[in-house]
Parts: sequence; C-alpha cells; structure tokens
Amino acid sequence: MSALTLRARGWLASPYFTSLVTVLLLLLLLGAGGAAYPGFLSLQVMFNLLIDNAFLLVIAVGMGFVILSGGIDLSVGSVLALTTMISAWLLQHWHWPPLLVIAAVLVLGAGFGAAMGAMIHYFKLQPFIVTLAGMFLARGLCYLISIDSITIDDPLFVAMSQMQLPVLDGFISPGALIALLTLAAAIYVAHCTPFGRAIYAIGGNEQSAQMMGLRVARTKVLIYAFSGFCAALAGVLFSFYMLSGYGLHAQGTELDAIAAVVIGGTLLSGGYGYVAGSLSGVLVLGAIQTLIAFDGTLSSWWTKIVIGGLLFLFCVVQRLMALGAASK
Amino acid sequence: MSRMTQAAPVLELRGICKSFPGVRALNDVALNLYPGEVHTLMGQNGAGKSILIKVLTGVYTPDLGQILLDGQPIWPASTLEAQHLGISTVYQEVNLCPNLSVAENIFIGRYPRRFGMIDWRTMRQQAQALLARMQIQIDVSLPLARYPLAIQQMVAISRALLVSAKVLILDEPTSSLDEKEVELLFSALRGLREQGMAILFVTHFLDQTYAISDRITVMRNGEREGEYACSELSRLELVNKMVGAPASEAAGPEGQLAAAPPAQTETFLRARGLGRKGALKPMDIELRRGELLGLAGLLGSGRTEAARLLFGADKADSGAIAINGEERSFATPRDAIAAGIGFCSEDRKHEGAILDLSVRENLMLALQARTGILRAIPLKRQQQLAEEYVKALGIKTASIETPIGTLSGGNQQKVLLARWMATVPNMLILDEPTRGIDVRAKQEIMDYVTALCRKGMAILFISSELPEVLRCSDRIVVMRDRVTGGEYPRGALDETSVLHVIAAGGEHE
Amino acid sequence: MNNTLRHPLFRPGAALALLLLADLFLVPGMFRLEIKDGHLYGSLIDIANRAAPLVLAALGMTLVIATRGIDISVGAVVAISGTVAAMLVGGTMVMQNGVPEYVANTPMAWALCAAMGAALLCGAWNGLLVAGLGLQPIVATLILMVAGRGLAQLLTDGQIVTVYYKPFFFLGSGYLLGLPFSLFVVAAVCVATALLVRKTALGLFIQAVGINPVAARLAGVRTALLIFFVYVFCSASAGLAGLMISANIKSADANNAGLLLELDAILAVTLGGTSLAGGKFSLAGSVIGALIIQTLTYTIYSLGLPPEVNMVVKSVVVFLVCMSQSSEFNTMWRARRVNAGRAA
Repeated sequence: MSALTLRARGWLASPYFTSLVTVLLLLLLLGAGGAAYPGFLSLQVMFNLLIDNAFLLVIAVGMGFVILSGGIDLSVGSVLALTTMISAWLLQHWHWPPLLVIAAVLVLGAGFGAAMGAMIHYFKLQPFIVTLAGMFLARGLCYLISIDSITIDDPLFVAMSQMQLPVLDGFISPGALIALLTLAAAIYVAHCTPFGRAIYAIGGNEQSAQMMGLRVARTKVLIYAFSGFCAALAGVLFSFYMLSGYGLHAQGTELDAIAAVVIGGTLLSGGYGYVAGSLSGVLVLGAIQTLIAFDGTLSSWWTKIVIGGLLFLFCVVQRLMALGAASK
Repeated sequence: MSRMTQAAPVLELRGICKSFPGVRALNDVALNLYPGEVHTLMGQNGAGKSILIKVLTGVYTPDLGQILLDGQPIWPASTLEAQHLGISTVYQEVNLCPNLSVAENIFIGRYPRRFGMIDWRTMRQQAQALLARMQIQIDVSLPLARYPLAIQQMVAISRALLVSAKVLILDEPTSSLDEKEVELLFSALRGLREQGMAILFVTHFLDQTYAISDRITVMRNGEREGEYACSELSRLELVNKMVGAPASEAAGPEGQLAAAPPAQTETFLRARGLGRKGALKPMDIELRRGELLGLAGLLGSGRTEAARLLFGADKADSGAIAINGEERSFATPRDAIAAGIGFCSEDRKHEGAILDLSVRENLMLALQARTGILRAIPLKRQQQLAEEYVKALGIKTASIETPIGTLSGGNQQKVLLARWMATVPNMLILDEPTRGIDVRAKQEIMDYVTALCRKGMAILFISSELPEVLRCSDRIVVMRDRVTGGEYPRGALDETSVLHVIAAGGEHE
Repeated sequence: MNNTLRHPLFRPGAALALLLLADLFLVPGMFRLEIKDGHLYGSLIDIANRAAPLVLAALGMTLVIATRGIDISVGAVVAISGTVAAMLVGGTMVMQNGVPEYVANTPMAWALCAAMGAALLCGAWNGLLVAGLGLQPIVATLILMVAGRGLAQLLTDGQIVTVYYKPFFFLGSGYLLGLPFSLFVVAAVCVATALLVRKTALGLFIQAVGINPVAARLAGVRTALLIFFVYVFCSASAGLAGLMISANIKSADANNAGLLLELDAILAVTLGGTSLAGGKFSLAGSVIGALIIQTLTYTIYSLGLPPEVNMVVKSVVVFLVCMSQSSEFNTMWRARRVNAGRAA
C-alpha cells in the first residue's frame, strides 16, 4: 500500500473527519448562498443564524452529551415547551419574580432529566422508550396547565426579547450569547474534566468504563439531568424569543437536535464526536433554512427533506467507516 | 530464565475452597507467586482456572482459605478493590475504551491535573514513559482502536502498572494474537519480569507456556495437581498431568463399533489449505461417508475453528472445499446446509438452543429453514417427526411443546442433534456433543451417532475427552495450537501416544 | 385456573376488561347500541372504528419489535400514503345530467395502488438500511421519520388537500352490513397476518431471530431477508392505516396525519405482552393493546377530562409496562417482598 493511501486512510479514520466534513459543508453552503443571493454573506445575516437558532444550539449541546454516552433523549422538545408554559404560568398567574421563575424551571428541567436517567440506568431500560414516554408526559403536562398560549409580559422577559447586544457591525441577542456561553462551558467540561471524559468512556464501552472504576451510574444520571437542564434553558431562551408559553412550541425540535448533533460529526452509537460539532450542525441547519428562505421559490418543506437527506448521508458514511474499520 | 526463589512470595493462596450448588469448583488449592517470575496456570476446561482467577480478583469470595499479599491476608470484595490492593488483571477481551486515546485509557480515573483541568501534556508524557518500560514506542494521542490487539493489551498492562500493581494476572491474553504479536507481548513481559513484577499467566497453549514460564501450576478437576519449575517438566508430563493418567477402562458399556468400517468409503468432503487468520493455520482434512473422524486435541487447539470453517459459520481466508469432487465455497451456514452438512455447536446455550421456543420448534428449525419460509411444514407432520426423535433419542420432556429451556443439558443436546437429523444430512459435525452431560445420556448419544455413521453418514466428532474420541473414531486427526499434528487410523493410537503427539511441540511444519 | 392466569393474553385482556368495567359505572350509556338507518351505532362501535388505523400500525410494529427492531417512521408513512392517495383522487366537479358530481382525477384503484406502492417503497428503504447496511433500527427509521413527513408536506405544500370523490370515503366512513367498513378491513388484515404468521414459517423464524439471532443463523434461517420483510410489512400496514385515516377525514393532512402514531403503536405492542427485547410476540395482544389505548382515550374524553390527560396517562402506562418488563425491577421487587416476608 503506497504511503499516500496509508496517509489517506489514516486521515479518513481520524475522529476529526466527520466534524471537518461538516465545517466544509457549512462553508460550502454559505459560499453558495453568497454567490447566489446578494446580501447573503452580510454579517447580520450570519448573526441572525445564531440568534434564530440559539435555543436549538443549547438543546443540541445537551443532546450531544447524551448521544456521546451512547443514549438518546427524545423528550427535549417537550421539556422546552413545558418550560415555556410553566414560566408563563408562574409569571402571569402567580406573579413570581422572573429570576426565581428561571431558576425554578432550570431545576425542574434538570430533575426531570435526572429521573429519566435514573430509570434508564437502574432498571436497564432502553433510553429511547423512556425518553419517548417522557416526551409524552411533558407535553401532556403542558396542556394540562393550559390549552391556549399564555402571553408573557414580564418586563425582564420583554427586555431580553428586544435587547440587541452590539457586536462589530451588527448585533446579537442575549439568547445567542447565553447559547454560546453554554457551548463554551460544555466544551470545557467535555475536554478538561474527568466527568466529560467519563462520558466518552461510557459511550465507547460502558462495561469497560465500569471495570476501570468510573462511576457510571452517577455519570449517566448527570448526563440526562444536563440534557434536561439544557432543554429547560432552551425553553427560557425560547420564551425570550416568543414571549409566550404554549404547548405547541418546539414540535419536532428533538429531531432537529439529533440531526444537528449527527451532522455535526457525532456518531449515534456513541463515543465519537465533538461537542463543538453541535455548533456546526446547528449552523448547517440554519444555513439550509436561510438559503431556502432567500430563494423564495422553494417551499419551506424542503428543509425537512434536506435535513433527512443529510442525516442519511452522515449515518451511512459513519456506518461504512465502522464496517471498514472492523474488517481491517 | 528462572530466578532463585529466595525472596518471600508476593502472593500466596492457601487452602482455597469454593463450592457452588451441586458442584465443588475449587478444593484446597494453593499457589505461590514470587516477584520477578512468570508463573503459568494451566488446566483443561472445568479445571477451575477461571474460578481461581475470579477468587483472586474479588469476583467470588472463597468459602475457605486465605489470600496473602506480601504476607498480609486480604479479602478483596470486588475487582476494583483487588486493583487498589495491587492485583491487576488483563483479560483476553481488552477491557478498555476503544474510542479514547492510548494515553487516556491508561490514565482514566486518575488524570494528572493542572489548575483543576486535565493536564493532557503531562498525561501523554507519562503514558509514553510507561509504554517505554515495555519497549513500546507509539503515538499515545491516537485512539486505541487504531492499534492491533497486541498493542491494546500492552496498554491494558500499562494501566495495570500505573496502579502500581504488585501482581499482574494475564487471563488468556494470546488467544486472538498471531505469532508476531505474541512475541511482542512476551518481550514486554520479560522486561517486566526483569523489573521484579510477579506475573500470573493463564493459557492453554503449550508452546507459549514453554516460551515464557519460569514455573507452572497445573490444575485438574478443581484441585491443584502440582507446582513445577518449567525446566523440570517435560511437555509430555505436563500434558499427562493436565489430562490425567490414561484411563484404565471407561465405566459402562463399551460402545465399540460392531465391525470395522467398509474398506472402500468414498470421500464426501475434502478441504485443502483451509485456514483463517488469527483462528486456524491452513489445514487439509477429508471426510468419508460411513466414517467417523475424530478431532482430538486440548482446549484451544483449533478444533472448533476448523469445524466452523467447514460449516461456513466463519469465512475462510484461504483454502478450498470440495463436496463429492465439486468445488464449493461456504460463505454462510446456508451454503453448507444446502450441501447436506449439519453442525452441532459446542456452545449449546448461545449458539444452539432457542430457549423460549418449544422442543418441537427447536427440532424443526433447520429442516424448516431448508424448506423455505413459504412452505410451512404441517403441524401434524412436525408433531410426528418430533415424537419420532423424542422416542429414538430418549429425550426426557413433558411434551414436545414444553420450552427447551426447561430441559436438562443432556436432553437439550439431544433435541439439537435431532434438529440436524431431521434434515437427513450427508455429513454431521458434532462439536463437544457430550460436554456437561450425564454418563447415561452420553452413551445414548454416542450409540445413536455411531449407528448413523454405519448407515453411511460422514461424521466429524470433536471432543476433549480422549477416551471417548479414541473409542468411537474410525480415524483421528490430532490438533494442537491451531495446527494439525497428524492423522491416524483406528487402533494406531492410545491415550498415551495421543498425548505424545500433542506434546510434540517446538517444531512447526 | 393457573393456566388461564399464565396465558400471555391474560394481562392485556384483563386490563381491557377492567377498563370497560370502570366505564360501565363511570360513563352512562357507553354500552348502548342502537340501529339507525340500517347502521349500528354506539360508543363501542366508535371506539373500534377509531382504533382501526392504530390496530393496523400495531400489527406491523409487532413483527418489527419481535425481531428486536423498532420503526418510528410509521407516522410519516401514514402521512405519505394518505397524501399520495388524496392528491391522485382529488375530485373535480363535472356536470352529469344537470347534477354536479365529483369524479376522481385518477381512477381510484390506481390511486390506492400508488399510495400502497409508496408505503412499500418506504418499508424497503427501512429494510435496506437495517438488514442490508446494519444501521441501528432507531437510527434508520429516524431518517424516514424526519424526511418522510417533509416529503408529504412538500407534495401538499403544507395545505390540507380535500378529497371530494365519494367512493373514497367508503374506506374510512362507509358501512357494510351495518358495521363500519373499516372494521372489516382490519379484521381481514388481522386474519391475513395471523395466517401468514402461522401457516408459513414466518412466525417461527421471526421468534427465532428475535430470541437468538446467532443460533437462528447457524440453523440456516435467512435472517437478513426476514428482517427486510418485517420492515416492508410494517410500512405496508402503516400505508393502509394512512389510507383509512385519509378517507375518514376526507382529506390529506400532511402536517398532522399519523402524528405520534408510532408511540401509540409501540405502546399497543408492549401492552399486548410483546417484549421490546424481541422474541415471542402476540398479534392478538397488540390488537387488545390498541383497543385499550382507544378505550382509554374515549373514557377520558367522556369523563370530561381534557384530552391532554390522555398523554399523561399514556406516558405513565409506558413507564409502568417497561418497568414490569425490566428484570432489574423484578429482582428488586421480589427482594422487597422477600425482605418484607422475613421481617414479618
């Protein structure tokens, strides 16, 4: 085998590969957009990508942790909606101070996630069925509080909704900033703390992780708690954005999050990938949506199809790479 | 190279006894492990090796006896505790995380820290140094999965060293390695030995034992047969001790074949150069109609691997198979079944019985699979067939509808045998068909099988019980260490000479 | 008596019976049946009628789960098949003898075939990914779940496509011999599936593959082909369910048709006694499970509770059923009972 092929093979097998592909894809999309539509590559358009998808980024960060550990969390969209509903209810009907409301829903989100994580680990249940049931439960609770949407007019929330933080020539929203901070914190945890490395270890081989003395139970419960926390935080950001609590919010967001994580280069089977990939995945999704909106002639339904197509491509490539590695 | 064992033993086992319901697994076992030696633990299936290791590593608590580490009694209650005490184990399936880097696998759970963050650079440097102790120079920042199994095992050993192990136990680490990789591992072990490490090495490969050991402990039937210096024990003596003195006469009826096989038997299957990397060196084998070919050899000699290649359960890397003179390729079991071959796996529980299904369903499965999905065999016919075989083989079951999982091992085996009988095969491969079965059932099965053989079926019979193989086979092929050692007609060998053939090591073809 | 208790259908059957018993007291008039215009009316008929699409989906899902798989794309397949049929049939108004009549844009038979063809293609897609490529079932069917609904929405541009052609409605709301036609369709599919599973070796092979795929392969079972087939079958039954739903609402709603149907189907299968880990399955159990879900929905509605309580109740039931299937939970439960016994 020539040296070149060996190098290429090594490159293909590197864990960076799929993540690199995503970044390339993003640049490609942005480039295509810039070439096709005037004004596409403006700074504010780029910032809007982040602003509009801030909540998705936060969820994708939490989802990334769960998927890295080999699990999945289908309840995040519903927890987001539940958070908006509880926030609106507490603010509008019970007149709680906004900061207390935010703290309360974050704790609730984390608790919800932790409960699911405990069921998954201690009863050895499959993550998808437990979180699927959790999804149903959260949505149901949402509607139990109120069928109709509750508008939020709390001054802090309204201020957050309208605030524009100047950056360079444009602006970003507080939500976007919070999302970026969450991402940074997650990257730190994943790469610089034993907890983060334990997540990768569990995703690689849970049994080995157990035998190596890692506290698997605690880690798994915390992972799902973190995912719930992120879903709740995303809910807070969403209520800044929409200024309402509504049971129909964020339908299908969990699928978008999974797509973002997978397109961002993380393997659905766990153990491989980068948390930062969530950012590139979310931006790719946002770019696709923006492109379609700019085009004007394509209906927005194409977004779902393109995302499904990308998801398919990435899954198949990941699978082929795994097969190739196994046969060596 | 052996050292004078003047130092006190670092690990001592005294009078270890362990029983499970109905079975005495370990009986008064003693072991002495000294620093700076490689001590090999040998024994056949059921000798108690793995149970002893589990006692040492805290998986089981001994009923009686003591474990002394550096003269102090210890009672490890879990693998982690054993690790903390200084007893580290590396298994055949490397228990590491393939997605993490080499350095991380070594240091996980005990990262070097700097300002609260993980100090990656120090970790890499220390990992490099640890591996250098075993003369390994690799890029420690690459994922573990990139490296071959031998390197992965060394990484596992490094991790064990990091925990500053006093005792390193290697449980069958070489089963999946090729020669070069084994040599790599051994040179690392020799290096560690120089540095004073006490190494307990469990294996069933004779050549490897003689290549690396200082002393050998032989176990048999849950007892320690003896402890010997490697240089003082010949291969033949070792094999003798592992298997036990040649049996005088087997209890029970003889089961000898009524007459010598017909002189002219046609060849049904001929395989040339059949091999698979990491599993079996290329071998030739021939099976004839009406003849029972026995594959004799110790555990791990490659008999099951050969059987699986002949059945298409694994795909061969090299070689060709010809059925009735026509060349065939067996990529899946279906190919072999179509050629008229049946296969009773040695792992009855995981590869044979479908536990929740009934006796009848298990029995009919292979025949139904050959008949196809659309044409279901009528229930009446199924019941008839099942009842027939239950009677013919003496299967003890409440009814043919009871789940097979409730039957005893012997009866389950009979059902699985019947599964293949129902397909009326030309050739039947039986891998340890009488293992773990009571004497009476053993006899019944072997009588049935030899009768089948006389009716014209070709049979490949694998068993670890030498007397059985010698008694029943028309021809015997001896295997050891994944390669064939010779072919002999009936009567040419007795137990002692088989052991000679097995022990004849050192030279490869 | 013991045999009855241990019969696999006992638990789901008892659950349904208890539910109906509760309804007897809680919902007055639930069991009343009356005949109007030659049709049999009553709450029970209603429940059965509404449960029909779910029963179909559950039948298909049972076989997939039995092979240790899962198919979360059934909702998307429902949307696709309903959309294809509705768009092809449509209904343009023409004047016949001075009376406005609706005719189908495409002959209905072709439209139905096309819709089922689309569903079969979806199943083949899933089957190829799982059996051919070896993708995890949840990953493989997730792709169709995301993209499939988008495809349906694209075809209808997110609008509801109304069907005017009367014969089309028959599938969903027609009557035959006094009973809703949908019941006959479901009964036919149930019988056909049962025959398929019993009279061919399919049932045996599915169970073998689900319980011990290694042993099944060594016995010569074509595991890959089998797994491919069950996904095709699952999508086919989902396609039929989609046609039924579409006919019922006389339109195609790509946004909402079949939404969350996959969860209901999975729940019906687990309620019916089939384990998510695969192996032995019960078609009758899944049918009962679907009826339980529908009865529950109806009961909640009749009691005046907000329908969203439904979702909460369903999720609690899923948790309970999963825990009862978990061996860890059973060990803990037995240990507690033993300890309690000891303490006593």
